[in-house]
Amino acid sequence: MDFTIPLLILAIPLGMFLLLGLAGMKMSHKTAGVLGTLGMGTVLVLSYFTAFQYYFSGNPEFISEAGQRLQSIIFNVDWLAFTPNLVIRLGFLLDPISAMMLIVIPTISFMVHLYSLGYMKGEKGFQRYYAFLSLFSFSMLGLVVATNIFQMYIFWELVGASSYLLIGFFYTLPSAVSASKKAFIVTRFADLGFLVGILILSFYTQTFDFITLTSDPGSVLASTAGATFMGCSVLTLAMVLIFMGGMGKSAMMPLHIWLPDAMEGPTPVSALIHAATMVVAGVYLVARMFPVYLQVPSSLEFVLVIGAITALYAAVVACCQIDIKRVLAFSTISQIAFMMVSLGVARPEIHECLGYMASMFHLFTHAMFKALLFLGAGALIHAVHSNNYTAMGGLRKYMPITHITFLIGCLAIAGIPPFAGFFSKDEILVAVYGYSTFWGIWMSCVAGLTAFYMFRIYYLIFWWNEPDYHHRPHDGEMVMSLPLIILAAVSTVAGFIHFGEFVTWQGHEYQIHMDYVVAGISVAIALVGIFFARFLYLKENDRPRRMADSCRWLWTAANRRFYWDEIYMFITHKIIFNGICRPIAWFDRAVIDGSMNGLAIVTNKASVAIKNLQSGRVQQYVLLYLIGALLLAVITAWCVL
Amino acid sequence: MESAGSIIMYWIIALSIVIFSVLTVTTRRILRSATFLLFTLFAAAALYFKLDYEFLGAVQIAVYAGGIVVLFVFSILLTSHPGHKSERLVSHRKWIGVLAALAALVVTGGALISRCGLACASLPEMSNPTMKTIGAAMMGTGSEQYLLPFEAISVLLLACIIGGVVVARKR
Amino acid sequence: MDITLIYYLVPSLIMFCCGIYGFLTRKNMIAMLISLELMLNAIDINFVVFNRFLYPGSMEGMFFTLFAIAIAAAETAIAIAIIINIFRADKNINVEDASQMKN
Repeated sequence: MDFTIPLLILAIPLGMFLLLGLAGMKMSHKTAGVLGTLGMGTVLVLSYFTAFQYYFSGNPEFISEAGQRLQSIIFNVDWLAFTPNLVIRLGFLLDPISAMMLIVIPTISFMVHLYSLGYMKGEKGFQRYYAFLSLFSFSMLGLVVATNIFQMYIFWELVGASSYLLIGFFYTLPSAVSASKKAFIVTRFADLGFLVGILILSFYTQTFDFITLTSDPGSVLASTAGATFMGCSVLTLAMVLIFMGGMGKSAMMPLHIWLPDAMEGPTPVSALIHAATMVVAGVYLVARMFPVYLQVPSSLEFVLVIGAITALYAAVVACCQIDIKRVLAFSTISQIAFMMVSLGVARPEIHECLGYMASMFHLFTHAMFKALLFLGAGALIHAVHSNNYTAMGGLRKYMPITHITFLIGCLAIAGIPPFAGFFSKDEILVAVYGYSTFWGIWMSCVAGLTAFYMFRIYYLIFWWNEPDYHHRPHDGEMVMSLPLIILAAVSTVAGFIHFGEFVTWQGHEYQIHMDYVVAGISVAIALVGIFFARFLYLKENDRPRRMADSCRWLWTAANRRFYWDEIYMFITHKIIFNGICRPIAWFDRAVIDGSMNGLAIVTNKASVAIKNLQSGRVQQYVLLYLIGALLLAVITAWCVL
Repeated sequence: MESAGSIIMYWIIALSIVIFSVLTVTTRRILRSATFLLFTLFAAAALYFKLDYEFLGAVQIAVYAGGIVVLFVFSILLTSHPGHKSERLVSHRKWIGVLAALAALVVTGGALISRCGLACASLPEMSNPTMKTIGAAMMGTGSEQYLLPFEAISVLLLACIIGGVVVARKR
Repeated sequence: MDITLIYYLVPSLIMFCCGIYGFLTRKNMIAMLISLELMLNAIDINFVVFNRFLYPGSMEGMFFTLFAIAIAAAETAIAIAIIINIFRADKNINVEDASQMKN
């Protein structure tokens, strides 16, 4: 395949970022917004074309005679050649999952660009906003098409940086500033693990290339055999460290604390970055390295356990939040944890790695319906100027489009057929039940909780009791409603895509079989959750309050997110700051600065002391000269005699 | 063994060198100091004559006594009032000078004594260098001939003339 | 009594030390210059004496002295020009007042 179009997919958002970032202040808001949207639209068309080429052209580059989808490098240029062995390349890798991401990212990004034309209208720094969106799109696309771990790491940091910039977009709000710092620091901390993991892995395998690593992991990893560090094998350590990077980006416990705060950013940004694309980078990373993970089943166990705990935790917390964006944020954490669990249970012997395919399927559908939900939430916030559901209620009459689309999103995430979430979640549950019944039941419970908390906010927003609105809320303008409608349509039909034909483990086609028992159970649980929510929240009543009162401690703990932030505060402020930073600061001030200051003082004193030698008094010079000459004479005589 | 006259001559010269040079640096009147310098220079010239370097002695008198000392006197008269006494020396300054001079004396004297055999060489015979040999040596370019330093010094003198004009010119 | 080499060197050494003493103690720049001349003369005497006693056949020492006298003349002329200039500027030729190149 020609490299022009793939190159353009990366170059256009980058060029748009530079254009809007450098010349944006000279443009009107409208010009900048339309330019950014048009650029993204072009990328959308090109990416669809590329993905279409990959899946349907039948080109032998992309699909083998036997029908196996291949990994294909479109281009790969040497970027930094340190040694012949250590070359960092930048390139463009097309394979089933990157082609799928080429559909997901531009779609959501384009919708968000379009939606922001209405949502961000009149905001200060509108051009800057669009520049950052372009930067993010560029980085995210670069991340998914990376040909080697190091390229992925570079773009990984770039998405982190653009996320930081966008969370802190309203930089005059202290909460936004601290949220952006928190996100940056937490993910940076996780990325440290990622980097160490990369270095360990590449030290042993002598390569960064995904294809080399994943095509025959057994032989590439042979060199790590027997190498241990502190009692666990180096390979396990490396894979767990790499997963740590994914935990940071994908907000897995215990590194999830940044994501709820990241909701301080503009809502479309939350939809794009903190729901649909960037936060699934961790899942994508594990999927990308999956053949290597398969070599180390213990690290997959680790992924599974972390995912399962996070899923339950986030679902419980989501039930007790007041801020609707926070509910959606925790729901995102929970859904990503679903994908992680699905990868964690994927084994070749269980339905030919069904979990792998299911997680990618869920990534795809989740991106669609979660973006829809966030954009819907944005429309609600735009209408009532508050993030809290207490300021909403009975909105179904005033905002019909938002109502319908939001309902579709809720049904999709709850897993009600025929909406998209049902199919992908069903696949995940099948994979999990195939691995272990215990985790299957666990994840079914989480799915039920998902249905409950989504419909809780749904009823609280659109039914419940109507508060006094200062002015009549109404649907957003066309540019805001259109993305909602499109995404709702996609969320409705996406489940019918035969995903197994496109994205599977090792590229072999996989026929999805509906497991009616699992499907029946999950639908039943979802319905229970929905009806329970309906029972509690349809009309104003005091049942929710009585229920919260009956186990007040649990409600408070969940509302305070089980005190994770407080624990972090305690650890950082009380233990790390006092125990480590103070001594280091003391060392820095007293020893490092002290020695430097001491040097300066000594130099100063010495120069003060000897500057009198340079007095300009000739006789003094002569005297010194004479002394020197006589000494020399004496020394010479001494030596000669 | 030299003649008695020569020995007496020597002592007169040696004593006048010592006495006049001491007086040169100890007198507090600057004009007297210049005069004692003149006497010292004459004594040195006499020494040259005694060592059979008549041309050198003549140059010493002409240039030093006739030129430089006149210059000194001239500038002294320009820069200070005649009869003006410089103030008494501060004692530590004087002691520093004495100590430095003594140190130099000791070191150099030590060197002299350590080479006693050399120091006791007696005066050999020498024919008086004639003006002709001196002139040939100054104008020749061969071994033991000094055209190059001669020319170098003439350039130096030219530079001095120009430098003197530049420095002394009124701005 | 034989007048040997050392008889000539000792007066010149004393003359040299007088020069050192004078140079270090005098404040008047012309007096310092006079001391300098003393030292220079002591050296001249040394050259001549060594030439005469040790190498009577050649004339190096004599010529060295000859040139040294010429240079001393030049040096004195320049030094006195500078001193007179300083006097013109400061009305005084005390060496301790002239400790800076610029004022």
